[in-house]
Amino acid sequence: MDRSPVSDADVCVVGAGPAGGIVAHRLAESGASVVVLEAGPRFDGDRREQLEQHIRPGLGGPWEMGGPRDAFSSSGDSFYPLNAARVKGVGGSTLHWQGMVMRLHERDFELDSRHGVGADWPIGYDDLRPYYAAAERELGVAGAADNPYAPPREEPHPLPAFRPSHSDSIFAAACERLGIDMHSVGNARNSEPYDGRSSCVGYGTCKPVCPSGAKYTAESHVEKAEAAGARVIDRARVRRLDHDETGERVVAAAYTTPDGETHRQEATQFVLACGGVENVRLLLLSDSDRYPDGLANSSGAVGRYFMDHLFAGAGGRLDRPTRQNHVGFNTSECHQFYDDAEPVNGLKLEFLNYAGPSPVIDALHADTWGDDLRDQLDESYGTHISMGALVEQLPREDNYVGLDRATTDDLGDPVPEIHWSVDEQTEAALSRANGIQTRVLDELGIEDRWTVGPDETGPAYHHMGTTRMGDDPDESVVDAECRAHDLDNLWISGSSVFPTGGAMNPTLTIAALSVRLAESLRAALG
Amino acid sequence: MRLTRRDALAVLAGLGVTGGAVSLTRFDPPTAESTDERGDSSGEDGADGDDAPPTAVRETMVAAGEVVFPSAAEGVSEFVETYVVGRARDDARRDAMVDAATELDDVARDWEGAAFADLPAGDRDRLLRELGVDTADPVQDGTLSERLRFHVVNELLYAFYASPTGGRLVGIENPIGHPGGTESYRRATMDAPGELPDSGGEHDG
Ligand SMILES: Cc1cc2nc3c(=O)[nH]c(=O)nc-3n(C[C@H](O)[C@H](O)[C@H](O)COP(=O)(O)OP(=O)(O)OC[C@H]3O[C@@H](n4cnc5c(N)ncnc54)[C@H](O)[C@@H]3O)c2cc1C
Ligand code: SF4
Repeated sequence: MDRSPVSDADVCVVGAGPAGGIVAHRLAESGASVVVLEAGPRFDGDRREQLEQHIRPGLGGPWEMGGPRDAFSSSGDSFYPLNAARVKGVGGSTLHWQGMVMRLHERDFELDSRHGVGADWPIGYDDLRPYYAAAERELGVAGAADNPYAPPREEPHPLPAFRPSHSDSIFAAACERLGIDMHSVGNARNSEPYDGRSSCVGYGTCKPVCPSGAKYTAESHVEKAEAAGARVIDRARVRRLDHDETGERVVAAAYTTPDGETHRQEATQFVLACGGVENVRLLLLSDSDRYPDGLANSSGAVGRYFMDHLFAGAGGRLDRPTRQNHVGFNTSECHQFYDDAEPVNGLKLEFLNYAGPSPVIDALHADTWGDDLRDQLDESYGTHISMGALVEQLPREDNYVGLDRATTDDLGDPVPEIHWSVDEQTEAALSRANGIQTRVLDELGIEDRWTVGPDETGPAYHHMGTTRMGDDPDESVVDAECRAHDLDNLWISGSSVFPTGGAMNPTLTIAALSVRLAESLRAALG
Repeated sequence: MRLTRRDALAVLAGLGVTGGAVSLTRFDPPTAESTDERGDSSGEDGADGDDAPPTAVRETMVAAGEVVFPSAAEGVSEFVETYVVGRARDDARRDAMVDAATELDDVARDWEGAAFADLPAGDRDRLLRELGVDTADPVQDGTLSERLRFHVVNELLYAFYASPTGGRLVGIENPIGHPGGTESYRRATMDAPGELPDSGGEHDG
């Protein structure tokens, strides 16, 4: 494949996940000449190979993450498993993602004014509201208007919600007695055929692969961008952005292709959409005399305020069938406690449809077969039930993404360093989530149970906050339009611009901001 | 419970292996029903086609299936044959499976003086365990026991437990890997297709 640069590009987008794909599609459709540079490959072909890779041990991971290209360091009190938390390829991390999508609440945009913690966004929920609706159409969200805690919306979701699962109905009775409200989950997954993709057929392997195409991946936006004339160059790793003499404009993205060649892609406008970790790495690698601490980093905020959502969970076994692992997604959640202030961190509860082991996966790992194995599977499958929760982590300067200059990747570039710790306030919120979960499990009469709380928690793989948005150039990296304060033609798309992360999965907000960014960028192109 | 060709075809379709010239695209996913229709005309061709593994290999795989499947399974021979022939459409898999099954048969002849398929089931089970296949990691190009685990035992266990009938035996009619639709997750039991909760109204106890 020809991986040489495009001449006369209006826009160069770096990264082909949802943040880059949506911007590229919108701009190409409006007539701009767009080139997308993507570090990873295109995963063409039949997704059922990846399905088998996921289910059968001994075949390697489906998305080829973790080699020398993806080296990283983790410092800080909590280990950050970066390569479980992202995918490099056309589609980005949505190749692997779960596909739960919901809007942030009003309070997420004004946490400082309301509660004196975190930061305010320079925009409010109302500014983003029409873009949320557009994002729901872009991703094809199945949902219902049955969530009394969701922020206001005028129009229905583009697709009907998935019906509640049998295990939701088990929870429903207990939750009703406890006054805990259950409602549907927004799913970027077709409940009916939509946008040229089939409806869900129940493979049950959504994360990490949906072989039917029912789960949204950003491949669809990349393909639409190409149909509208964009050029997409895969396996093109951008290693540096160069600016002009004034330091006010980016002039080129230097990228290396698999043959070892390095090219320079010039363009009028540049969009950085490499995800919350690699956005930072690229800016830091692009330091210069004018920007000794990294490109667009006069504020010193690049890489700071790294946030993720934390997982809390609890589960156990019932004395009757819970019907888990038929589908790989959830149908019910609870946002009732999201806006509470004690502790202030947002939290949402999930009712899992994939609690406990799947017989086929267990069988392939078992140390026996025949009737022994059948007995083992009879015992292990069928009666597990569990709840999850995501908990908000407030922005803290000392959680950061930096460069580990002592360690390099296969091209000789310093790898990203994730310095991440979970503070006491977040731990308190995790304990609170566990407390609610325990009440539900008590109500169900589950005595023997497991809990994932503050001591065992891990990240939900949502990288946020590292190139935060704000009005003050001394404290933030991009403005309310997602344009860098320091450079006129550098835009940043993705959750790295979130000043706070709430506790809702981020990608719908990423998509809404991307649609909005594309509009502003279109205007800047004239 | 009786395994059928349809079960094997459902698993193959889940893996993207379909009969004859029928190609299922990513946007036209298979269902158990469509698979059955398509498979019925094409699977037979496959069984007699050039890429079908030799009879001895098919017999060895069936004999292994009789050991690794639970004793309640019936119809093993037809099920395994259909699966093995379908799987052989992937050249690399076919060759590796043929090699592994042949090696297993060779070991049986050396150690027991009989073809693997001619040994009593108890001896087949013992032989596989003596080779360490039960505890070996599945590795495509590993040691003999690792290869037997990957290309013989796990191939068969996958076929069995990802099929609707095999799954049903341990409580799930729509196991992971089987595109069995979006009704089953809503049912209270395997056997009550009519019982779909409406809005979470069912009460426990
Ligand atoms: C297991 C898992 C489950 C998830 N579940 C959910 C969920 O249910 N709901 C939800 O909202 N979110 C979920 N997420 C998060 C979601 O996937 C991300 O929020 C989303 O993909 C981020 O979009 P992005 O475009 O900003 O970044 P990405 O999707 O990460 O895409 C960035 C792209 O940039 C490329 N890139 C990086 N560096 C360079 C470079 N130097 N040059 C060129 N290209 C580069 C990468 O290869 C990648 O393809 C999940 C993530 C994971 C890993
Ligand atoms: S259950 Fe998940 S993997 Fe299966 S078809 Fe539906 S979305 Fe895809």
